Amino acid sequence: MDFAPKRFFIPGTGIQISETVTTTWGIMLVLVIFSCLATRKLKDIPIHEVPDRRRGALELLVESLVNLVESTMGKERRGFTPYMGTLVLYLLIANLIGLIGIRPPTADLNTTLCLSTLTVTAVQYYGLKEKGLIRYLKGYLEPFVLFLPMNIMGEISPLISMGFRLFGNIIGGLIIMTMIYNVVPLLLPILPHMYFDIFSGVIQTFIFVMLTMTFISIAMD
Amino acid sequence: MNDMLLAKAIVMGASALGAGIAMIAGIGPAIGQGYAAGKGAEAVGRQPEAQGEITRTMLLGQAVAETTGIYSLIIALILVVANPFLAAL
Repeated sequence: MDFAPKRFFIPGTGIQISETVTTTWGIMLVLVIFSCLATRKLKDIPIHEVPDRRRGALELLVESLVNLVESTMGKERRGFTPYMGTLVLYLLIANLIGLIGIRPPTADLNTTLCLSTLTVTAVQYYGLKEKGLIRYLKGYLEPFVLFLPMNIMGEISPLISMGFRLFGNIIGGLIIMTMIYNVVPLLLPILPHMYFDIFSGVIQTFIFVMLTMTFISIAMD
Repeated sequence: MNDMLLAKAIVMGASALGAGIAMIAGIGPAIGQGYAAGKGAEAVGRQPEAQGEITRTMLLGQAVAETTGIYSLIIALILVVANPFLAAL
């Protein structure tokens, strides 16, 4: 059995791209088109006026994302909403896309490690920006000097644990689903799809975004 | 040639066993997550109005507890799908 993503060559150039990349492009296209359509001809309306349905749905989405960020990171850090919201929307679509028979891009280590690298970089950047160089470096020597290697390990390990958690969950589901499809292709796969794709996909999205927010707020405090 | 085949068979069989044994590590996170879920249920029973907050904290803790299980899954997957010992043979 081979669970690696398929690769194709772009004709005439010899450049190799994998299924993960093309699926990610598709998701990006969907998100961009959705955003363009949803915010087209959007203008300020007075607060007492009832918004139309499109605007109402949009406000519901944006408000729930803002609430999620505010309740986890605090009111003054709502500026993180655009990044976290993008992460939620992308991961949600990427994890649920298995339902329509496309290989999820998160079942590729390249995607998940890339996302966790972004998180770890953001943690270091915002920690440094908020605390200043001296306090930031001092944080590595707490509670005392001997803890330096331990603290450095602690800063790097989210990179591996977050990336592998998302990857392991999604590819585990993918492998089990492939096996079930090989044995019983009819009707029976519906139930495991609910667990491995819907439940596990939504939970892992939530976990990844929550951990990102928690790590960044801890680094900034 | 025959020796090579025998060596390959031994490595493949040992890798399959290794993958199975690696997954025994699943016991740990299962107990941990179950314990966290039980405590979460207790907390909701005591304080039903804080259910959202409790569920969120519980899921976050379970995700961290899950890490060791995921590591063992990765090792099992490497042994089954991309075996480094077979490649080195």
